Amino acid sequence: MKNIQVETTNATYVFSGRSKMICFILMAIGIISIIAQFATHYEQAWANILHANFFFMGMALCAAFFVAVQYVARAGWSANIMRIPEAMMTWLYVAMPVMIIILIAGGHHIYHWMHDGITDKANPHYDSIIAGKSPYLNMPFFYLRLIAYTAIWCWGAYMLRKLSIAEDTEGGNSNYFKATKVATFFVILFAVTSSTAAWDIIMSIDVHWYSTMFGWYTFAGMFITALTGMAMWIVYLKSKGHLEEVTEHHLHDVGKFMFAFSIFWTYLWFAQYLLQWYSNIPEEVVYFRTRLDYYRWPLWIAVFLNFVFPFLILMTRDAKRKFFILVFGGTIILIGHWLDNFNMIIPGVLSNNHSFHWHIGLYEIGTTLGFLGGFLYMVHSKLASAVLIRKNHPMTVESMHHAI
Amino acid sequence: MDSHKKFIYGIFNDEHTVLHAVSHLRHDGIDVKDVVSPYPVHGMDTALGLERTRISIASFMFGVTGTCLALLMIWYMNIFDWPMDIGGKPSFAMFKNLPAFIPVTFEATVLCAAHGMVITFLLRCKILPGVEPEVIDPRSSDDHFVMKIRVWEDQDENKIKEMLKHSGAVEIKVS
Repeated sequence: MKNIQVETTNATYVFSGRSKMICFILMAIGIISIIAQFATHYEQAWANILHANFFFMGMALCAAFFVAVQYVARAGWSANIMRIPEAMMTWLYVAMPVMIIILIAGGHHIYHWMHDGITDKANPHYDSIIAGKSPYLNMPFFYLRLIAYTAIWCWGAYMLRKLSIAEDTEGGNSNYFKATKVATFFVILFAVTSSTAAWDIIMSIDVHWYSTMFGWYTFAGMFITALTGMAMWIVYLKSKGHLEEVTEHHLHDVGKFMFAFSIFWTYLWFAQYLLQWYSNIPEEVVYFRTRLDYYRWPLWIAVFLNFVFPFLILMTRDAKRKFFILVFGGTIILIGHWLDNFNMIIPGVLSNNHSFHWHIGLYEIGTTLGFLGGFLYMVHSKLASAVLIRKNHPMTVESMHHAI
Repeated sequence: MDSHKKFIYGIFNDEHTVLHAVSHLRHDGIDVKDVVSPYPVHGMDTALGLERTRISIASFMFGVTGTCLALLMIWYMNIFDWPMDIGGKPSFAMFKNLPAFIPVTFEATVLCAAHGMVITFLLRCKILPGVEPEVIDPRSSDDHFVMKIRVWEDQDENKIKEMLKHSGAVEIKVS
């Protein structure tokens, strides 16, 4: 089969010195704040790094999921924006090793169930609930699962990107079909691992508590951050004069995704809250009790920023097509989901260390900025390493004529 | 239909032909009012130069109405008229029991938005039950496309017919 080769305009992206400088400054801020908080607030430092790393890991992971879904669904509209999630997902190569390091070095400070003798009946710290969960939550199996996630996710991201780059030079449809196969396996594995990873990395912080909605809830949050990141990258590249083939119709579709998944997130958040509020079982309400008593502001602000705000801002058709509103709304959504991750991770870690005194200050924001710097550096350099619009994607023309 | 207005109907049997014909005729200053097709034709809205539908605004209004009605109903039934013990939480306050009311409120919002939208659509298109529909050609619900052209006083009817035939119309009707 012969491919239609399409000449795209301004398709080479250069990672400018100024952008590099910004990334390095952000990374320096991150390193300084990480060192400073290890010197002062040791336990909280681990929680903050986990929080920041999880946020960007989720973004990269769901970018990979987005790419895979486009193959599985044989989607044509997105062919010309594929390079952006393909660049974003490469952050997994960094995020997953960092995650393993955090959880090996800091696991004892983050997870209550990792404490010595907690499953030992003779020990004064014996905890029957944790002992009951120990067939799943034990150290060897936990780290084994973590390595499995790293392997599966990095394999998916690596293969999808490799086949996409190979398609540029080789042409033909064989790489597309190979990528579809990889994507199919990746989506199936992702469905399981995204849930279990959410239980392992986050839900097990509040080890006495459980929620059957948690995997989905975490996935919804991660997917919105990935979509928002994509929208903001499209706007950035377009403002620099690239991606002329990507029109407001594509932005509209990404904006619709952001809008829809914000509502999906709220649906899951509320479903989780409603069931536990209604049944009022001590084992379940402990999660929301901690947050409603000590974290009232972050909890409600997160709901406001992630639901009310995008719902009203992104509702109209015109809003999804304007650069300014997409970037403004996107920033709010990213802050909202950062705060949501804060609510998922920090209260549990602090209460494990018998503290309810939280604050969002330079340490928290600085750590996140550091990871943001690394993430941006990775995406910039991966965007620069290949043409911005896939040359031989079988549906490039369809994407160009995409109109809604 | 007003007696002093004159319309020409061009009947087409191909989606692409009718789409091109619309753009060409409109470009030549012909007043193409509407195209009746058995299924939505991609790009027809832009070709006809139609304004964007305002049904989404109506839908939002209906939705807000639904939310308000649902909250009012729940407040009256479960808080005011017959205070209810909700899930073992006898606070008898709207705000404190709000989580329990959200699903009903959501459903009522969707119900009102959806039904309001359908009824608005039917009213605007005059296809309510009992109303005689305006059918130009019954084949427009099968495999033909009907283009409706308004003929103005200063336009030559025969010329328009010629142009229609030229752009691929298989049949021409005048009324």
